[in-house]
Amino acid sequence: MTENPIIPDLRIRLYTSMILIRRFEEKIVALSQEPNRMPGMQILANGQEAVATGIVSALEPEDVIISNHRSHGHLLARGADLNSLMAEIMAKDNGVNGGKAGTLHLSVPEINVLMTSTVVGAGSPLAVGAAFAQHYKRAGGITVVFFGDGAAAEGSVHEAMNLAGIWKLPLLFVCENNCWAGAQRHEEHCATPHIFQRAKGYNMPGRSVDGNDVEAVYTIGVELAEYCRSGKGPAFIEALTYRMRGHGEQDRQHYVDPGELETWAARCPIHRYRQKLLDDDVLTEAKIRAIDQDAETRVTVAVAFGDESPYPGPETALTDVFVQPFREGVLP
Amino acid sequence: MSQKTFGQALNEALTIAMEIDENVFIAGEGVGVSIHQDPNMPTHGLLKKFGRRRVKDTPVSEAAIAGLAVGASCMGLRPVVEIMFFPFITLASDMLINHAGKLRYMSGGKSSFPLTVRVKAGVGFGAGSQHSHNLESWIAHSPGLKIVWPATPEDAKGLLLSAIFDPDPVIVVEDLMLSRMTGEVSTGDIRTPLGKARVVSPGTDCTIVAYGVALYTVIEALKTLSEQGISCEVIDLRSLVPLDKMFILDSVRKTGRLVVVHEANRFCGFGAELAAMVAEEAFDALKGPVIRVGAPQIPVPAAPTHEKIFRPGPEEVVSAVRKAMGK
Repeated sequence: MTENPIIPDLRIRLYTSMILIRRFEEKIVALSQEPNRMPGMQILANGQEAVATGIVSALEPEDVIISNHRSHGHLLARGADLNSLMAEIMAKDNGVNGGKAGTLHLSVPEINVLMTSTVVGAGSPLAVGAAFAQHYKRAGGITVVFFGDGAAAEGSVHEAMNLAGIWKLPLLFVCENNCWAGAQRHEEHCATPHIFQRAKGYNMPGRSVDGNDVEAVYTIGVELAEYCRSGKGPAFIEALTYRMRGHGEQDRQHYVDPGELETWAARCPIHRYRQKLLDDDVLTEAKIRAIDQDAETRVTVAVAFGDESPYPGPETALTDVFVQPFREGVLP
Repeated sequence: MSQKTFGQALNEALTIAMEIDENVFIAGEGVGVSIHQDPNMPTHGLLKKFGRRRVKDTPVSEAAIAGLAVGASCMGLRPVVEIMFFPFITLASDMLINHAGKLRYMSGGKSSFPLTVRVKAGVGFGAGSQHSHNLESWIAHSPGLKIVWPATPEDAKGLLLSAIFDPDPVIVVEDLMLSRMTGEVSTGDIRTPLGKARVVSPGTDCTIVAYGVALYTVIEALKTLSEQGISCEVIDLRSLVPLDKMFILDSVRKTGRLVVVHEANRFCGFGAELAAMVAEEAFDALKGPVIRVGAPQIPVPAAPTHEKIFRPGPEEVVSAVRKAMGK
């Protein structure tokens, strides 16, 4: 193993992915403050970009992702089309789910972001099913489920970890510990300071990683994805990061110590990585400006696309409940 | 055709489904090795026949069992999972109600969930309210889920096979009070269409709709009713969702009267939906009030004396029909 197995090209991709996620979500923040631009609850992962980018970049195309209410980063890191993603977040007809997902229930099965669930913790049992199918079909591929430290308190996560452990499913649990569950601090909602240690109780390797260090996340992602892929069973990563904004955009974080926000702002995964790439001569200031500008432009184009798209018409409101519509005279 | 019990008919359906489609697997608590060494069990012998890859015993984890079904079906498999008793479906209900029923709609039609949940229901075996609680209205009320309730071994086989190969999530209710009942069952891969009710006994004065074991309570009442000169048309609903609306309306338009009988709590029970549907769509044909027969609003009791009060009997059906007739 070389001193740094992460080649410069990949490092640039990691940076590009993170800045795209940041710009994309910053735009959502701005639009949320305008009246009637963003329907529903906008729930963002500002500050957590290194986790999404690091883990998703460690995956193969056949790998399946199950996401949650903070899904934008996972989707963008996976290469989802920005335009139809932004349109969907605006609940528009040209959105990736025809305006039926809105910002919270995005799924893009074409790129194996199979499902998102906003029922906290519910992604894990769904991921058991996806990983079981991969195992059953002997088709290769692993499933990754992203969930938060809040979700770690849900019984469904424990049921899923247990079942995945018994059946040795190719399932990577990624707990994004962003220090908050709603307005509750970690120690108020979690009996252990180290969620990854619970992995032991389900007979799987559990590791903790600095979730604001994209290369560290990527490296452990590759290692444990490989573990799952090799047929040894599930694995667990706890990525320590920070939720820089409120639970949702309506949340003004009145319960957060401003000093704590400053401390974590200084650990911003993007600023840190930018500096590192400059120090290592991987990128120049000019190249960074170009990458940032490109992200900015893509987001602007996406917003314009979303703005131009109409809301879905009444003709689709009643469709897509069942695969085959019922014959006439049959309810509902 | 041959004589089979309900359990054997279900077993035949599972066997055929697994034989014809490699994507079918079964999972649940004790579907492979069960505490009951009962050849009448629907999953009896399947582990031996199909092996551990396709017959999956699970831990006692209803949310994970249902999540397994939702996730695996989204990946193209056809899971058939068992939730042991109907009240335990509360533990799986997030996966069924919030996920199986909603994710296709929210995906904009991109995803589908061809899963089957088998669940045992029934009142009358003394187990009390945490093993007996018919929650069909919960399921029927939740968009995106289908639910069927066979009353004969033939339909048990035919509806289960249809459910397994249906492209959408279907809950198949297996009535414990019928598990040892025998009946003629067609051989081979038979499919009873979802959403088709059937007339069990034709009549002219009053339509009686029932499903599951309640159907036999109605049949028991028929003799008395006929002695009283009342001719009833008995409909076995078979499928609650999809609901064969026109079939029921046509019968009610003919008889002018409707009685609904089920073992679930009467209050907000499925009978309320049928009563409302008929009131809205066939009011002009009604010659009397729609009457619902169901359980009182109490948890299912344990004592046989109390169970008897809980479960509607033939005499209640008779008095309901008389009431509908204005007698």
